[in-house]
Amino acid sequence: MTSAITDETYAELESIAARYPQPRSGLLPMLHLVQSAQGRITPEGIEACADILGISAAEVSGVATFYTMYKRKPVGDYHVGVCTNTLCAVMGGDEIFARLKDHLDVGNDETTTDGKVTLEHLECNAACDYAPVMMVNWEFMDNQTPQSAVALVDDLRSGKEVTSTRGPRICTWREAERVLAGFPDGRVDEGPAAGPASLVGLGIARERGWTAPDRDQGDGGHGVPEQPAQAVEGARVSDDKQAEQAAVEEKAPTTTTAAEKEDAE
Amino acid sequence: MTSILTPVLTDNWGDERAWTLASYEARGGYDALKKALTMAPDDIISAVKDSGLRGRGGAGFPTGMKWSFIPQDNPKPKYLVVNADESEPGTCKDIPLMMASPHTLVEGVIISSFAIRGNKAFIYIRGEVLHVIRRVQAAVAEAYAAGHLGTNIHGSGYDLDIVVHAGAGAYICGEETALLEGLEGRRGQPRLRPPFPAVAGLYASPTVINNVESIASVPSIVGNGAEWFASMGTEKSKGFGIFSLSGHVNRPGQYEAPLGITLRELVDLAGGIRAGHQLKFWTPGGSSTPLLTAEHLDLPLDFEGMAGAGTMLGTRALQLFDETVCVVRAVLRWTEFYKHESCGKCTPCREGTWWLVQTLAALEKGQGSESDLDLLLDQCDNILGRSFCALGDGATSPITSSIKHFRDEYLAHLTHGGCPFDASRSTAWAGLEAMA
Ligand SMILES: Cc1cc2nc3c(=O)[nH]c(=O)nc-3n(C[C@H](O)[C@H](O)[C@H](O)COP(=O)(O)O)c2cc1C
Ligand code: SF4
Ligand code: FES
Repeated sequence: MTSAITDETYAELESIAARYPQPRSGLLPMLHLVQSAQGRITPEGIEACADILGISAAEVSGVATFYTMYKRKPVGDYHVGVCTNTLCAVMGGDEIFARLKDHLDVGNDETTTDGKVTLEHLECNAACDYAPVMMVNWEFMDNQTPQSAVALVDDLRSGKEVTSTRGPRICTWREAERVLAGFPDGRVDEGPAAGPASLVGLGIARERGWTAPDRDQGDGGHGVPEQPAQAVEGARVSDDKQAEQAAVEEKAPTTTTAAEKEDAE
Repeated sequence: MTSILTPVLTDNWGDERAWTLASYEARGGYDALKKALTMAPDDIISAVKDSGLRGRGGAGFPTGMKWSFIPQDNPKPKYLVVNADESEPGTCKDIPLMMASPHTLVEGVIISSFAIRGNKAFIYIRGEVLHVIRRVQAAVAEAYAAGHLGTNIHGSGYDLDIVVHAGAGAYICGEETALLEGLEGRRGQPRLRPPFPAVAGLYASPTVINNVESIASVPSIVGNGAEWFASMGTEKSKGFGIFSLSGHVNRPGQYEAPLGITLRELVDLAGGIRAGHQLKFWTPGGSSTPLLTAEHLDLPLDFEGMAGAGTMLGTRALQLFDETVCVVRAVLRWTEFYKHESCGKCTPCREGTWWLVQTLAALEKGQGSESDLDLLLDQCDNILGRSFCALGDGATSPITSSIKHFRDEYLAHLTHGGCPFDASRSTAWAGLEAMA
């Protein structure tokens, strides 16, 4: 059962269409807003989009069924994705996905009975250097293990605040869909600029004094800075796998290995 | 001393609040824009041509040349569309770039749009990266507030608007004409070419489509000069690029270096293959680029070096697998991906990827016979070159290359009656368990 699209949502759908030279270009973000407002792609949402864009409901439906992020069944508060494309699968994504199915007692694309978690396996989410990767409401949860994954979904179900490993506090799936529709939620300044793996090459370059050539030939503004960024130095050290292994041996907590350490014990 | 790594695009990623305008401008951000606005648009196109920049989205088409194809006598509006769909398995460079330094992309979009005389640009970002989308949305908003966007930018008389557009989950929308379909609110199915997007792209208007990293490289070229850019890299593969290492190396991550660096150099910097193991196979530029082996560690990672080895530089998505990994399992999983992502428009790909999965899955279970390898190659033959777009071609790459390098391993599945590998030895935590 769904309710009708409210006047407010209808107006927002219209405002999305108005961003584009041709209104139909707004359809993908409009469908994200439908999911935010209704918890899934509903017949009412399809009608509203069709009405605003002057196309048939069948056309809207045809688009909605093409893209995997649009869901016909209600999605839980937390959409939990496990990357099982080759690289992540090999690095442990297959084990994580199997463990979560078992732990949550759901199959792929199913929701727990409490309506909290929808589990889905994902294709490559462009985070392979943090494999195995999970996503919660499309926020990165990097370098997971079966144990950390179970702890993560337990936290989500018990209502604990969860923070992305290189991003903000996790919002609900419906709130996330609203941001995708183009309505920012004010969380942009949470989390770091980059996770540790994103900074490894930069850290090595800083350490060894490697830079791009001087801009002798140019006179513009994109030079090489004089000051190495402190954040990079720190990040590089914590991502050093040798340091990590030593840390595991010493049972010292490091950010990236906490989960792995659990496994080792 | 030669610098093996040359951070340019990644240079500010460790800065405090690198994603903000204040942080970006503190190190000279948007100076290149101010310079560009004093230049003739054609001179910017020439500079990008002279730099030798080739598309960073996989195909390596010269960026400046692409821009010069825009017919300036065409009265229709000109559009720039940034391809931020980054979904090719293994590829993970554009996403961290946009998260850490979205202003590099936004500045590139403004300069590039000015060069092609467009007044509206779109950044099409895959939908599955929420925080990245937040960062790009905010960067665009900040750029408006600072007068870098909008009407009469810095008194130049030039107007530009940028729309940040979230996709909704479809690998095929990385293909540029399918992306345009998505951006027009349709199912993401590729269009027939010609006409090429430069002539009839978005809304049948002249359109430039470029990868995030291509566009993000433009401010540095305008700021530092074409010669500066061309002083890096190799003869036909100029400049720097982000190399993404993932898998069984000690320090996976992003390494920005001149094109032509070798995998051996990169793996050394990454602390080697994980302890006690050896490199078995790797992708140079995503799963659609034919696999290579340890034999190929010393080849230059540039467009020509990879073509010479029968593969492609692609997106420099270096996925490394050690000897614990079953190549048949890896290839089957990629093939399932292509089957899932096939848009269904053409028969060779829609039906062919289905058949490939059937045949491979049976082989992986140890069912079938040696002749099934020829059947697989035959199926690939019926897809490669006969598909409507490059997704179908790409689907055949892992299969044909793995049969070439690892035929015996396929056969071992038949003699063994299934997979002879222990998948648990490949996981990120496999070594750590042994240590405990
Ligand atoms: C199936 C498929 C997926 C693609 N995915 C992407 C992508 O995610 N990002 C990208 O920039 N190019 C992708 N491409 C390449 C684009 O079609 C296009 O060549 C590129 O965006 C052009 O930009 P460039 O010249 O700056 O590289 C893909 C191509 C195919 C066939
Ligand atoms: S090759 Fe595959 S993805 Fe490309 S048009 Fe044909 S069916 Fe669609
Ligand atoms: S394979 Fe999992 S993020 Fe790329």
